[in-house]
Amino acid sequence: MPKSQFFGVSSLNDEVTALVVDDNKVSQMIHHQLLNVLGIVNHVVGNGKEAVEIHSSGKKFDLVLMDRDMPVMNGIEATKKLRDMGVKSTIAGVSSHSLSEERQEFIEAGLDDYHEKPLTIAKLLSVVSKIKYKA
Amino acid sequence: MDVGLMQMQRRLAEYTSALFKEGILDSQYVQLQELQDESNPDFVVEVVSLFFTDSEKLLNDLSRDLAQQNVDFKRVDAHVHQLKGSSSSIGAERVKNACIVFRNFCQEKNIPGCLRCLQQIKQEFLLVKSKLETLFKLEQQVVAAGGSIPTSGSLPTVQQPIL
Repeated sequence: MPKSQFFGVSSLNDEVTALVVDDNKVSQMIHHQLLNVLGIVNHVVGNGKEAVEIHSSGKKFDLVLMDRDMPVMNGIEATKKLRDMGVKSTIAGVSSHSLSEERQEFIEAGLDDYHEKPLTIAKLLSVVSKIKYKA
Repeated sequence: MDVGLMQMQRRLAEYTSALFKEGILDSQYVQLQELQDESNPDFVVEVVSLFFTDSEKLLNDLSRDLAQQNVDFKRVDAHVHQLKGSSSSIGAERVKNACIVFRNFCQEKNIPGCLRCLQQIKQEFLLVKSKLETLFKLEQQVVAAGGSIPTSGSLPTVQQPIL
């Protein structure tokens, strides 16, 4: 049985697309596989600038998993830019920051949701349930 | 079932159980195992190998950063933050905990404290690396003998010997 069915999200197969934005290779690999097991087609980029560029090229995603601290362009700036561009995707911040003020600054940039790393299947299912806009 | 295979599986179960009891691994490692499936059968080994490579580079960077005349604490903190993220993502609990203490010393710009923490992290990293390499070898032996690898969440409870 596919794991997406095991986790009760078989109806999502091929319907939801996601972008992983993270410079940490370990996080990239885990987030990519987490989305795969839920049957969510996903693409991975290494910083906020690449996330902005892929949207500028015309690609759209239902969900963006955004890290906070990244080289070139961080998650706060990237989230603000994406919102300024009119991107309506559900953007979920995923970061190791646990301080409320650090979290708040990120949320105010335009996040729909925030989870502290490590991301788990339960946290991701919660994020997926909040997807409000289909690309 | 073959007696040799049963002994190997028991050894694997005991070894894995000890890693959790000693706090070397936490429940996040079980999450990784749950992400492994037929389409990605080597997922855990691949992600852990990446963690080893990345961490070794970060530890070298940290040693170099802290040896500078004028320590750039922002840079040091960014490296420790990366290591904390990676270690928590694979469930290397003791490495993650040592990173949390390290970041506190970094905020205080306490060089002796940072150097002590770096040594602690290096020790914890070498420990988890060696333990996971042994774990993977035990798993390979079980598979080679025709057995299967249960996830840690479904491992049978191993009775501790009464001393």
